[in-house]
Amino acid sequence: MDTVLKIILQRLALGIVTLLIVSVVIFIAVNMLPGDFAQAILGQGATEESVAAIRRDLGLDQPLVTRYFGWLAGVVQGDFGSSFASANAASFSGTTSGTTTVAQQIAPRFGNTMFLAAVTAAFAVPLAVGLGILAALYRNSVFDRATNIFTLTSISSPEFFLAYVLILFLAVLNPIFPSLSNIYDGMAFGERLNKSMLPALVLTLVVTAHMMRMTRAAIINLLASPYIEMARLKGMSPMRVIVKHALPNALAPIINVVALNLAYLITGVVVVEVVFVYPGIGQLFVDSVKTRDIPVVQACCMIFAAAYILLNLTADIMSILSNPRLRHPK
Amino acid sequence: MIEPLLKMRGVKIEGRSDDKWNPIINGVNLTLNRGEVLGLIGESGAGKSTLGLAAMGYTRDGVRISGGSVEFDGIDLLTASAAVKRDLLGKRIAYVAQSAAASFNPAHRLIDQHVEAPMQHGLMDRSESEEDGMDLYRKLRLPNPDEIGFRYPHQVSGGQLQRAMTAMAMSCRPDLIIFDEPTTALDVTTQIEVLSAIRDIVTRFRTAAIYITHDLAVVAQMSDRIKVLLKGDEVETSDTRTMLSAPTEEYTKSLWAVRSFLRPAKPAVVTGTVPQLSIKNVDAAYGDTPVLHDVSFDMHAGRTVAVVGESGSGKSTTARCITGLLPPTAGQILLEGEELPASYKKRSKDQLRQIQMIYQMADTALNPRMSIGQIIGRPVQFYLGLTGAAKRKRVDQLLNQIELEPSEYFNRLPSELSGGQKQRIGIARALAAEPKFIICDEVTSALDQLVAEGILRLLADLQDDLGLSYMFITHDLATVRAIADEVVVMKDGRVVEQGPKAEMFTPPHHAYTDLLLSSVPEMDPDWLTNVLKERGVDNIGDAAVDKM
Amino acid sequence: MILWIAATLIGMGALAWAFRYAGQQITNQAPKFRDMPFGVAYGYVLAAFCLGWLVWAYMQGRSSDLATANKFFFLRIGIEGFIIFAIAAYLFRLAGRSIGTAWTRKMFREMPLTAAFGILIILIYAFVAIFAGQIPAKFIAYSASLGLILCIGLFLVGAPEKRVQAIGIVAVAFALTLAMYFIGPIAPYGQEQIIPGVAANITPGGDPALGGNPDFPLGTDQIGRDILSRLIYGAQNTVGIAFATTFLAFLLGGTFGFLAATFGGWLDQILSRMVDVLMAIPSLIFALLLMTIASVWAPRLGIPLTVFMVLIIAVIDSTRVFRLSRAVGQNIVVMDYIEAAKLRGEGFGYIIFKEILPNATAPLLAEFGLRFCFVFLTIAALSFLGVGIQPPLADWGTMVRDLAGFVNYAQFAPMAATAPLLAAGAIALLTVAVNFVVDWMLHKSSGLKE
Repeated sequence: MDTVLKIILQRLALGIVTLLIVSVVIFIAVNMLPGDFAQAILGQGATEESVAAIRRDLGLDQPLVTRYFGWLAGVVQGDFGSSFASANAASFSGTTSGTTTVAQQIAPRFGNTMFLAAVTAAFAVPLAVGLGILAALYRNSVFDRATNIFTLTSISSPEFFLAYVLILFLAVLNPIFPSLSNIYDGMAFGERLNKSMLPALVLTLVVTAHMMRMTRAAIINLLASPYIEMARLKGMSPMRVIVKHALPNALAPIINVVALNLAYLITGVVVVEVVFVYPGIGQLFVDSVKTRDIPVVQACCMIFAAAYILLNLTADIMSILSNPRLRHPK
Repeated sequence: MIEPLLKMRGVKIEGRSDDKWNPIINGVNLTLNRGEVLGLIGESGAGKSTLGLAAMGYTRDGVRISGGSVEFDGIDLLTASAAVKRDLLGKRIAYVAQSAAASFNPAHRLIDQHVEAPMQHGLMDRSESEEDGMDLYRKLRLPNPDEIGFRYPHQVSGGQLQRAMTAMAMSCRPDLIIFDEPTTALDVTTQIEVLSAIRDIVTRFRTAAIYITHDLAVVAQMSDRIKVLLKGDEVETSDTRTMLSAPTEEYTKSLWAVRSFLRPAKPAVVTGTVPQLSIKNVDAAYGDTPVLHDVSFDMHAGRTVAVVGESGSGKSTTARCITGLLPPTAGQILLEGEELPASYKKRSKDQLRQIQMIYQMADTALNPRMSIGQIIGRPVQFYLGLTGAAKRKRVDQLLNQIELEPSEYFNRLPSELSGGQKQRIGIARALAAEPKFIICDEVTSALDQLVAEGILRLLADLQDDLGLSYMFITHDLATVRAIADEVVVMKDGRVVEQGPKAEMFTPPHHAYTDLLLSSVPEMDPDWLTNVLKERGVDNIGDAAVDKM
Repeated sequence: MILWIAATLIGMGALAWAFRYAGQQITNQAPKFRDMPFGVAYGYVLAAFCLGWLVWAYMQGRSSDLATANKFFFLRIGIEGFIIFAIAAYLFRLAGRSIGTAWTRKMFREMPLTAAFGILIILIYAFVAIFAGQIPAKFIAYSASLGLILCIGLFLVGAPEKRVQAIGIVAVAFALTLAMYFIGPIAPYGQEQIIPGVAANITPGGDPALGGNPDFPLGTDQIGRDILSRLIYGAQNTVGIAFATTFLAFLLGGTFGFLAATFGGWLDQILSRMVDVLMAIPSLIFALLLMTIASVWAPRLGIPLTVFMVLIIAVIDSTRVFRLSRAVGQNIVVMDYIEAAKLRGEGFGYIIFKEILPNATAPLLAEFGLRFCFVFLTIAALSFLGVGIQPPLADWGTMVRDLAGFVNYAQFAPMAATAPLLAAGAIALLTVAVNFVVDWMLHKSSGLKE
C-alpha cells in the first residue's frame, strides 16, 4: 500500500501546487486592468483624495506581492472581499454596513449550481455508462451507428440550441416543465426538481453524449484485449465475461470518463444557467463579467478552477487505486 | 477403426479489410487423432493462428468461416449453438495463447483464473480445483507451486506465466489443446524450460494438441506429425521424422535449406593490426540505472562480429554507444585508432558517414512519406554532394546492388514494398553513405526465414565486394553460425566471452555461453530429450513413474 | 401516465418474445434467431415502436386541423429536413463517385453517408461565407494572381498528373469567382441595413395572411433588419472569425508542440508545465475572465473587442493543440527513421519539415476540425452571452440571444419561432458536419493501423 499512498500524496501535492499557480494567474490577470479598484468604484468624477482614501482602505497602495498574499489568505478562509456592485451602492448611501461580501453573494448560488450538477449527474452517469457498454457490445450494429450519429449531433450543438429545442418541445408546445428556473431558498424539493428539470436535461444531453462515446471507446479497447478472448475460449458465458473479466478492468477508465465529464459540466453550466435564468454561480459569473465586478469574477473563476482541478484529481486518484499493478506491487 | 478426435474438411476462412472479404484459408483439411500432437508451421500470414482458432469453432472480429466443416468428436462446431460450443470450450478444448502476460486478466490472481473453467463447467468445487491447480503447477515445475497461484499476473515472470497458462488449459483435462506460438516471445533459455514442461504434461495426460509455431526446430521437438501451410494453403503433411529427413515439396525443402547457409570463416586477424573500430572499457547508463559495465571488444576491417545475448543483455545499448546516441559514462570508442567524440552531435560529418546502421524494424526505419528514391538519395546528396542526374545514377546503382529493379522501385513508397524489400532499402540507405562500418541490429529477426536468408546472403556478398565490416547484433545463434567471424557473448551488460567463431562453437565454454548454446533448438527431433538428459532433468523417468 | 408507460414497456416485452419465437420457427432455428438474446429482440421491437411513432407524428404534422398541425410542425420540419439532407448527401456522394480524379473517386466510394453529408454542408457554408456580400474587384485580381503563382510553382516542381489537376481547380475557382462577381451578393440586403418603410418583427414564411412579407422570406428582427441577410452574413463573420482563430491557435500550439517534442529537455518541461497550468482553468471561464479585462482595455487602445476575442481564444485553445502536436511529434521522434536522420547529421529544419511534419498531417488535420468546432462553439457561446463578436457584425450567437423570445410564440405562430432556431441550427449544422467528417477521418486512420 505504501507506494500507492506515496503516489496519491504526490498527486494531491501537485493538485495544490497547480491551484496555487492558477490563483497567481487569475490574480495577475485581474491586476492587468488599467487603473485600479478604487477608481472603478468611484467612477470618473472622483477627487484625488477620495480615491487615495479608498485605496488605503482596500489596501491597494500595498505592493502586488503583499496584496496577493493578503487576498490568498482571505480566499483560504472563505473571504473573497466585497463586491463592487454592493460597494458602489454602499458609497451612494454613505454607509459601509450595507456592503455584501462576495462570499455572501456566492454561497447560495453555489448551492444551487451544485444541485443542478447533482441532478444532471444522477441522470447522465447511469444512462451514459449503460448506453456506452451496449454500444460497445453491439458495435457496428444499427443501434451503434444510430447512437453514434445522435451523440455526435448532441456534442456538436451549442448548449443554447439544445436548450431552446427542449424549451420548444417540453415547455411551449407541451407544457410539461417550466421554461424559467426561478429557484429560491426554502423551496420544496419536488418543486425545485421540477423547475431545474429543463436545464438538467440539456446538460444531461451534452454530458451523456461525451461520456457515452468515451465509455464506448474504453470498453471496445478492453474487449479487444487477449484476456477477454481467453475468457471466451474458456467457455465463459457472455454475462460472466463482462461482469467478471471486463468490468474490474473497465472501472478505472469509466471512473476517469465520469470525472472528466463532470469537470466538463462546469463549462456547460454557464450558458445553460443564463438561458433558463437559473440563479446559480454561472449566471452570477456572466452578470459580473458584464458589470465588470472584478472581485466576483475573480472568486467565481477560483471556484470553477478549484472544482475542475479537484475532479481531474479524483479521476487520477481513482485510476491509480483501481490499478492492480499498483495495488499489488511486486 | 477409431474415429479421429478432430476433423476439419475444406475449411475456408475469410478476413474483412477495405470493405471486402479476402481469403485467409482456402480449403484446408485437418485430422487429429486422440493423444496426437500436430505441428502447424508456416511463415507469417500463412493463416496458422486463424486455422488453430477455427479448430475451436471460434473466429476473431472481422473474420468468418465461409465454408467447410469442423467436427470435434462428432459435434459439428460450425452449426452448433452458442451454448453447446460454450460447454465444449475450456472443458474439452483449451487454448494457450502466445502472450501469456496479455492473456491473463490483470485484475485477478492466477489461481482464480485457473479454477474458473472447472468450476463454471461444474467439474470441481473451488478447493478441489485449487488443489489440482497446485498439483499441475508442481508438474509443470513452477517454483513455489503452493504459493505462486496466489500472485497477480504482473508479479510473475513471462516463462512462468506461460507454464501457468498451460496449467490453466489443463485444468479440465481437455481432449485437445491449441498451443498458439507459446514460446515465441520468450528468450531461448526460458523457452527450453517451457517446451519441456509442455511436452511433459501433454504426454502425461495423453492430450491431443495442435502446436502452432513458425520455428521448425521447435515443432520438431513437440509434434508427432507436421502440417506445413503457405498463404492459406496446405503444402504437405507427414510424420515428423519423415518430414525432416525427406520433405517432398519444393517449398518445404527450401524451408529446411535455410539453416544450411554457412559462410566459410575468414583466416584469423594478424595480430598488431589497428582495429577498424574498438570499444575500450565502456560503461553506460540510462539515467541512474547502469546498463553496461566495462565492455571492450575490437572489430577489424572486412569482418563480421556477432554480438549475442538475450533481451536486456546490453547488445543494443552497445550499438547506441558506438553511434553516439548514448554517450558512455566511461571508456572510449576508437575509429581506426582515433577516439570518437562521445556524442553524435559533436562528430564530424565524415565520422558520422563512416558508421551506418541498419534497423530491426524496417517499417519504422523508413519514412513512410518519402519515396524510395528520396530515402536512398538523401545520404548520397548529403554526404557526397551529388545532385540531379549524378544522384539518380548513384541511386540506381545502389538499387541494383540490393537486387531491386531501379525503374520499378524508384518512385514507390515504403508501404508498397514487402518486408524483405524494405529491409533491402535500409541496407541501400546505409551503403549510400559509403561507410566502412555497419551496425546490423537484429536485421533478420522480424523476417520470415526464407527472406532472412536472402538478406544474409546479400550482406555477405556486399562485404566481399566492398570490404565492409559488420557488427551483427542478434539473439539467434543460427544466424551467428551462418555469418559471423568473431563472436561476443553478452549478459547483464557485461561481455561474458569473446573469440573467433570456431572457438566459440567448440567447448569448453563459460557456463552462460554453454547454457545459451545448448538452449537453441536444433532440427533433430531427439534434441530436447538429449539436452534434458544431459542437464540432468530426469523428466522421462518422472513420467514413467506416473504411468505405473 | 406512469402506469401507461409501464404497461407499454411490458407489452413490448411480450412482443419481443413473440418476435423471437416466430423468427425461430419461421427460419427453422437459424443461428441469428436461435442465439438472439432477449435484450436484442426487445431492442428491435422498441426501434419499430419509435419508428412507428415518428410516422404518426409526421402525419399529425400534415393534419388539416391547424392546432394539431402547429403542434407537430417542428417535428414535421425536422423529419423532412432529415430526409432531404440524406437524399442530398446520397446524390452528392453519387456525383463524387463518378466525377473527379481516381483518388477522389476512390475516396467517395469508401465514404459513409454521414461524411458525404458533412463535406456537402462544409462546401455550402464555405460558398455562402465567401460570396455573402459583393466581392470587390480587387479580390478577383488577387486570387487570379495567386492561382497563377500556384500553377507556375506546380509546373516547376510537381508531378505531371498533378499539374492538370491544379490547373483544373484554379480554373474552376476563378470562373466561379468571376461569375459571382457579376451575379452579385447572395444576401439580398446589408447585414446592418434597416430597410426604410419596412416594419420590424415581420413573421418568417412570406405569407402576408400570417403577418409575413414575400420580400423577407425569413422575416425581420426587432429593428427591421432582414433576418435572411443577417444569417448569410453571419456565415461570413462567425465562420470566418472561428477559422482565423483556429488557424492562429494551430500556428501557436503546433509550433511550440513540435519544438517541445523535438528538443525535449528543459524547453519541453517549461512549456508543458505552463500548458498544464493554463489547462487547469476551464476554457470558457478563462475566456470570460480575460474578455472582462479586454473589454476595459479595448476602448482605451482603440482596438475592436473582437480582435481581443480572437487572440484570447487562440491562446487558450493553443494549449490543447500543443498537447496533441507534442504527443504526435513524440510518437514520430522515437521512430528509427528520425534516429537515422539525426545520426546522418541532419539539421533541425530538415528533421522537422521533411521527416516529422509530413507524417503528422493526418492527425493534425483531424484535430484542426475538432478544434474548429470547439472554437466555433466557444465564440458562439461568448456571443450568446453578449461578450463575443460585437455589433455591427452580424453573428449567429448574438442573433439567437436577440431573437430568443420568439420561441414562446411557437404554439400559435410556429413560423415566428423558427428564427432563433435557424440561427442556432446554423451553428449546430456546421459543427455536426465537421464532426462527421473528422469522425470518418479518425475511423479511417485507425483502421489503417490494424
